[in-house]
Formats: sequence, structure tokens, C-alpha cells
Amino acid sequence: MASILALAVVGSLHWAAAAQDAAPMTKVTYLPHWIPQAQFAGYYMAAEKGFYRQHGLDVTILDGGPRKPVRKALVTGEATFGSHFLSSALKMRDDGVPLVHLAQITQRSALMIVAHKSHGVHSVKDLDGKKMTLWEDFTTQPEALFRKYNLRVKTITQGPTINLFMRGGVDASSAMLYNEYHLFLNSGLDENEVTVIFYDKHDLDFPEDSVLCLAETWRTKPDVCRAFVRATLEGWQYVLSHREESLRVVMQRTEQARTGTNRSHQRWMLERMCELIQPVPPATEMGVLSREAYDRVVRELKKGGQIKSAPAFEEFHVPLHP
Amino acid sequence: MSHFIRDHLHPTLALKLGFLVLASTGVIYLLAFFCGNQIARGLLHKAVEENTRNLARSTVHQIEAVLRAVEPLPQWLALRVASGQRGEQEITRMLQNELRSTPHIYGSAVAFAPGEYSGETNLFAPYVFRKEGRFQFVNLGVGAYDYCSQDWYLIPRETGKAVWTDPYYDEGGGEAMMCTYCVPFFREADGGRVFAGVVTADVQLEHLAQIVSSIKLYKTGYAFLLSQNGQFICHPNKDYLFKESIFSLADESGDKQWREIGRKMLRGGEGFVRARSPNTAFMSWLYYAPVSSGWAVGILFPEDEILADLHSLNRVVFWIGVVGFGLLLAAVIALSRGVTRPIRTLAHQTHEIARGNLDLAVPPVKSHDEVGDLTQSFENMRVALKEYVANLAATTAAKERIESELKIARTIQRSFLPKRFPPFPHRTELDIHAELEAAKEVGGDLYDFFLLDEHRLFFSIGDVSGKGVPAALFMAVAKTLMKGIAEQRLTPAQVLAKVNHELYVDNEQMLFVTVFCGILDLRTGELQFSNAGHLPPLLLRGPDSASWLELPKGIVLGVTDDAAYETWTLTLGPQDTLLLYTDGVTEARNPSREFFGDDRLRDFAGARCSASPKEMVEALIAAVRSYAGGEEQADDITLLALRYRGRS
Repeated sequence: MASILALAVVGSLHWAAAAQDAAPMTKVTYLPHWIPQAQFAGYYMAAEKGFYRQHGLDVTILDGGPRKPVRKALVTGEATFGSHFLSSALKMRDDGVPLVHLAQITQRSALMIVAHKSHGVHSVKDLDGKKMTLWEDFTTQPEALFRKYNLRVKTITQGPTINLFMRGGVDASSAMLYNEYHLFLNSGLDENEVTVIFYDKHDLDFPEDSVLCLAETWRTKPDVCRAFVRATLEGWQYVLSHREESLRVVMQRTEQARTGTNRSHQRWMLERMCELIQPVPPATEMGVLSREAYDRVVRELKKGGQIKSAPAFEEFHVPLHP
Repeated sequence: MSHFIRDHLHPTLALKLGFLVLASTGVIYLLAFFCGNQIARGLLHKAVEENTRNLARSTVHQIEAVLRAVEPLPQWLALRVASGQRGEQEITRMLQNELRSTPHIYGSAVAFAPGEYSGETNLFAPYVFRKEGRFQFVNLGVGAYDYCSQDWYLIPRETGKAVWTDPYYDEGGGEAMMCTYCVPFFREADGGRVFAGVVTADVQLEHLAQIVSSIKLYKTGYAFLLSQNGQFICHPNKDYLFKESIFSLADESGDKQWREIGRKMLRGGEGFVRARSPNTAFMSWLYYAPVSSGWAVGILFPEDEILADLHSLNRVVFWIGVVGFGLLLAAVIALSRGVTRPIRTLAHQTHEIARGNLDLAVPPVKSHDEVGDLTQSFENMRVALKEYVANLAATTAAKERIESELKIARTIQRSFLPKRFPPFPHRTELDIHAELEAAKEVGGDLYDFFLLDEHRLFFSIGDVSGKGVPAALFMAVAKTLMKGIAEQRLTPAQVLAKVNHELYVDNEQMLFVTVFCGILDLRTGELQFSNAGHLPPLLLRGPDSASWLELPKGIVLGVTDDAAYETWTLTLGPQDTLLLYTDGVTEARNPSREFFGDDRLRDFAGARCSASPKEMVEALIAAVRSYAGGEEQADDITLLALRYRGRS
């Protein structure tokens, strides 16, 4: 009986696969907002394990990086879908790029401050009068933090390497928990030698990686958009339960793109991503942007003068379920 | 079989000696081997450390020679630019001169801080570099290359110091893997100084890498170079370059020791440590030394390879040991055979002697050592033994002759005693039986009986003191005297007194004899009896009525001339039995040295009063023998039973 049932299941799967092969696949492209790394493991696994094809999509994942801005690729149509930080998406929208927000992958802020204890920084308040590097695209949260605690911090634009901080050229540095923080550790800095400051502890938690597309795409092909998001979330679910396999696929991607990373670092990044994509209570569903978080980001961006206006939540974040 | 084992399988003296010598030599050899090995290890370790230290330092020195050659020029140029020589053509000329004078420099730039260059441009950074044998010129301030975010600009700006950057691929600039020496320059303003820009000099990494990758140590030993962040700048595994750091390898292999080593290396430490290689997992040794630019050189080689020489040395020592032991064994066996040959000859000869052949002389030994002495002693012993054996044979022959004579004497002595039973077959009034069981030696017991006339029977029993021929002769004399005197129709007391007198005369040996004698009137049953120191006979008068006969006092015969004896009288009833015996009966001993005793005799005889005198005597002798068990008979056993039947 069981074997007959199994046969039936296998048969139906075959039929389903055949049906998908027969139906025309919708060709779409996706551009991540940074170079290939474990930050995008869910997309890679959705492609690798055939989740996109199961949803009728033939997805090409482009190699992202500083020379391949998502904004331009979306506007020109080179990329059907892209991902970016939520704050960056709001700035683009304010700048006139007609974007909609399809899904919120990371629910919390990985952005953090790392400071040398040897330079006398043991808490947020010790940053007063210190020198710190900031990324140009990520000044909102730090500046809000400085305002909140009335800190006078000498800020310097952060370059592409961690060397300035490692050599003690600055007292503090911005870092991503999944990336630069581990680069510090893997450059010989011990965790007890640095002070770390997370923004969520100071009511400045910004959800980060978002899935975006043009409003036009959403209006004309809502099913394709939904299929992309669903398959991507399935990819992330797969990563959660198959970390070693996902790490292998990530390493293949990084080697193809010659990003010069190592397994130790990608393993760390994958583990941190698996933490960051978990829904923040009371939310229970992955990929959903909460109105509260949206309002917080909009408020802080406006306060910092990064945006003048923001669309209504419903207009910006489109629902996954019709 | 057991002889074979004893003769062939028992270790010989040579083998024992060989084993002892080899065992003690072996212990000394092993001790020397292990001590030597430990010392050699220590020395080797020291030498290897010394060697790798020199190698690491010479590598560092070579790298630093390149860096030192480069450093003065941008420093000089920075001074010139800071002092106001800022014309574009002038700067370009100076940069070209710099490259021309120092072949190590790949490219050089003067990068002004934004707005610091006097011209209209905000960003100005003239850069001259080598390309296809010629000098190329670009302005890094134009285009996408944002020099203000580069390490070579930011780090000197923020630290205010001249530094070497970590190696990087200069995309949009030199388009090569390089590291840069960057010197900040300043402008005087408002009594202070303001950062005005950076002068750089690039060195292609390839050149430095060659210095490190040329190092080969032992079979697979190699050198590597770490950047300030612990990244591998040079490593034989090309996959590591600019990807893995010493910390990422430590993290992936889970080996915390490497993280500690990495931290020490990047803090300018120098040392020699033992650690498991993170990529081959072999136990290895690492020597590390710092480079002035903040990098670190490490030289790593598997421990087995430095021990390889020691292992081959050990193999040689081992085989020397094996061959040496073989030779030593042969030498010891040969030597000990030489030493033991006379001993073995002696053993062979004495084996013959041991078998009884005392005529075989031990061959004389010329050597004057212990073996010689032993051989001489053996010869002396053989001669002594031979003499002794000859003496013994003579003595034995003499003893045998005496024994044979004694045997004859005993036969003669026995022939004195009446042996024919029943002695008076026609006399129905009387039943008499006697036995003398002689001890091994000739003893002195006697008994006798004869009819004095038709109605009277004389009987006696006696025991001479001592043993051997004197006792036998004394007994013969006593018996003969007694018979002669008894026939003179005297009373028993008179007989004893006369015999005593005769014996006393010329009794120089002071022998004596105990005698009980009696005369039985066969008509009336009247018994006259007298005693000279003999044991009281048993009187049996019906079942279980055995009693000791009361005797008159009388001293033994032959010791005093004036001895007096009494004659007592007793009337025997029909079937009364008188049992006479010597102390050979009552003093027979069993294996626990206990006497047969009077009581046992009385009870035994009392229980057999209905048996004939012959049966009684034989049964008693058998009882005494069975009581004695295997004990040797010490004395003659004599029994005489006399039953009066009455007149029929």
C-alpha cells in the first residue's frame, strides 16, 4: 500500500515537473546589492534546488557589487528584481525611482559600531570626541544615535577595507555584524578587545535587506513578483535547515566571482544571516515588513534629512498574499 | 627422553655466560642509545632553531632591504612638495626621476587632499608608473578612482605617519598587486599644520613574493608572509593568497593555537613553536619573525623531516648494534668454549668415574688455573675413592666370613636344644612344646627338658646376658652344666646353686644367666621349682585363669659364689599348663616403641588355655611378630609350654 502511494506521489511529481517544463518559463533577472556572499544564500539555494523553476521562473542571478548599482539596473530593466537596504530603497523612492517593496528578508539591523577598547571606548557615551568612520550610505542610524546621546563624533568616510581601523587610525568603525565584524576577528582582533554597539539596543533598529522591483513590474506581473518572493523565502527556509550544503554553494559562487573570501568568513556570515532573517516577535512570518519598523525607518530618515517624503506603507510594501 | 633433555636442552655454561654478557651489554647499549637519542634530539632541535632563525631573519632582511631602498624617496619628495614645489610638471619630473633611480619602485604618486592643489581641480593626484618599459602618467583625481577612500591615502592621513599598506590590487591605478609606502605631507597654517596630501611609492608584490617563495627547507618546508591583518601574502598554496588568513585557517581547523600564534606574529613577536600544520595536519615547527612594515614571515616544516636525519642515524646505530651483538655473541661463545673445554673434558671423565670406573685416570691438566686445581682434586678423589673401595671390599669380605661363622655358631647352638616334638610320644601324662626364635645376632636364650628317670621331667628356661659369641658359648656351658648336674638327683635349688658355682669360677667376662628350672613328677603332678632371676612363668588352670607363678628369690647365675636358692613345690592338676618365656616376648616393641608387655601375654595365653602347647606357642610367636610389625627383632624369643595331663 505504502509503495503504491509512493509510486503515485512520484508519478504526480513527474507529471508536475513535465507540466512545468511544458509551460513557458518566465525569464527574470535578480541583482543583489553586493558581491556574491552568504548574505544572498537564500537566492542561490532557491535557484540551486529548483524552487524558482517550480514557481515557473527562470531566474538569472547577476553578480552585484559597488560597480553594479541596483538602482540603475532596475531603472534600465537590466534587473527585474533587486535587493537593497530598506533605507536605501526609501531614499531611491524619494529620489523619484518608482519602486515597490516586495519582501523584507533581514528583519533586524546588522549595522553596528565597533570601537577599540584601548582607545577608551567602553560604551556609547565614550564615543564623544572620538573619530569614527561611516559609510556614505549608512549615516542615518549613527547620526541618529549621536543626536540621541548628544555626542560630538568626528566622522570620516569609510573606505572599502578594514585597515584604517585595524591600524588604529580611527577609534571606531561602522561594521556589519555578518561581515566586517568577523573580518576584524579574523584579522587577529579578539572580541574582548573591542566594544560593540548595536542599534536595536537604542531603538534605532532598521530592517535591512529588502526585495524590490519597479511599480510597473508589480502592476503588470503581480504573479511573477509573488512567485519570486515565495521561491526566495523557500530558498531561505532551505538554508536554515541545510547550512553545510548552502555554504558549499555560496563558496562556489564566491570562487566563480573571485571575491577573495574564505570559508570561515562565509560560515560566520551564513550563521548570522540565519539569525537576522527570523521574524521579530510578534511577527511570525518571514519576509514581511511591519508597519512599525517602516514608520521607524521613515521617521529617522526624515529626521536626518535623508528623505523629504515617504509613500504610504500600503503603497510601498505590497502584500504577498492577494 | 629425560636424559636427552638434560644433556641437550639444558643451557650450557657457555650459553649462560653468553646470555649474561649480552643482556648486560644490551642494557648498556639501550641506555646509551636512548640517552644519545635524547641528546641528539636536543642538539638537533637547537641546530634547527638556529638554522631557521637565520633563514627567517635573512628573509626579513631581504624584504626590508627592498623596503628600505624605497622609503627615502617618497620621504624626500614629501618634503619637497610640502616646501612648496608644486608645479605639475615639476612633480611629474620628480616622480619620473624617482622611478629612474630606484628600480624597485613600480609607481609613485603625489595625492593632494581635496582643495589643496592650487589649480582649479578639487582632486589632483599625478601618478607615474612603469608600463611596458616606459613611464605612464595618469591623474588619479580624474575619473571613478576615488583615491580619498584608499588605504594609502586614508591611513597616513588619519595616523599622521608614514606607513606601508597591506598588499592590494590597485584597480584603476597601477593595475597590479602591490603594496605602497605612503608619506603624509602638511601645510603650515594658523600656527599649526594641516594635512595636505600623501606621497606614495609602490612596490610590486611579485618581487617580494619571490624572496619568500624561493625558500625551501628540508623536503616540504616552506616560508609564508602574512599581511598586517594576518592574510597570506605569500604561501605555496596559491588558493590561500588574499583569501585565507592565519585566523580563518585557525577557525576552520578549530585549532586555537594558530590564532594565538597569529596574534603573536602580528604583534612583532619572534619565536619557534611546535604546532599542527593547519593545512596538512602534520606536527610541524614554525619559526616566525616580524618585518618592519608590520608583516610577518613564517617558516614551517614538518617535524618528521627534521627528525629524518636522526631516524637514519638511529637506523645505522641499530644495525651496528645488531651486527655488534652478533659478533659479541660469537666471541663470547668462542671464549667461553675455550674456558669450559677442560671443564667439559673433566665432566666427561668424571661421568665415567661416576659410573664406577675408578681405574680411568683423569688426564693431567697443564694449566695452573681453577680448572687445573679442580682436575687435580678430582684425580686425588678418584685415587682416594679407589683405595676406600678396596678397603671396603676387604672389610666386607672379613665381615661376611664372620657372619658365616656366626651362622654356623647359631646352628651349633640350636643343635643343643631339643627340637623333636613331641619329644616323648609314648608319655600321655605330658604335652610339651618349645620354640626359640633367634634374633639376627647370636643370642643367649636357652631351654631344655629331659626325663631324669621314668617318672620325673626336668625342664628349664634361661637367658644369658649380652649377645654374640660370648653369650652363646656361656649359654652352651650353662646348659651343659645344668644337664650334667640335674642328673645327680638334686633338687632344683641345689642344681642352680651348683651350676652357679661352676659358672662363677673363671667367669672373667662377668656374664650371667637367668634360669627357671623345675622337676615335674609325672605320677602326682608335683612340681618342684626354683628360680635364678628369671621372669615368673604363667600358670594356666582353666579358662581365663592365667596367673603369674610366685617364685622364690634367687640371684642370677654366675655373678656371686655364695648365692642361695630355694625350691618351692606346687602340685599341678590335670590340664594345668605352665608357660615359660624370656624377655624377648614381653619386651618386643611395635613401631611406636611400645612393649608387648606382661598383661598382653597373660591375656593372650589365658584366652587360649584349651589350645595345645604347640598351638599356643606358635600362636604367641605369631602374635608377637604381628605386634612388632616391621620392627627388627631385638632379642631371642623363647617360649616353652608344658601341660600336665595327669595319669590316664
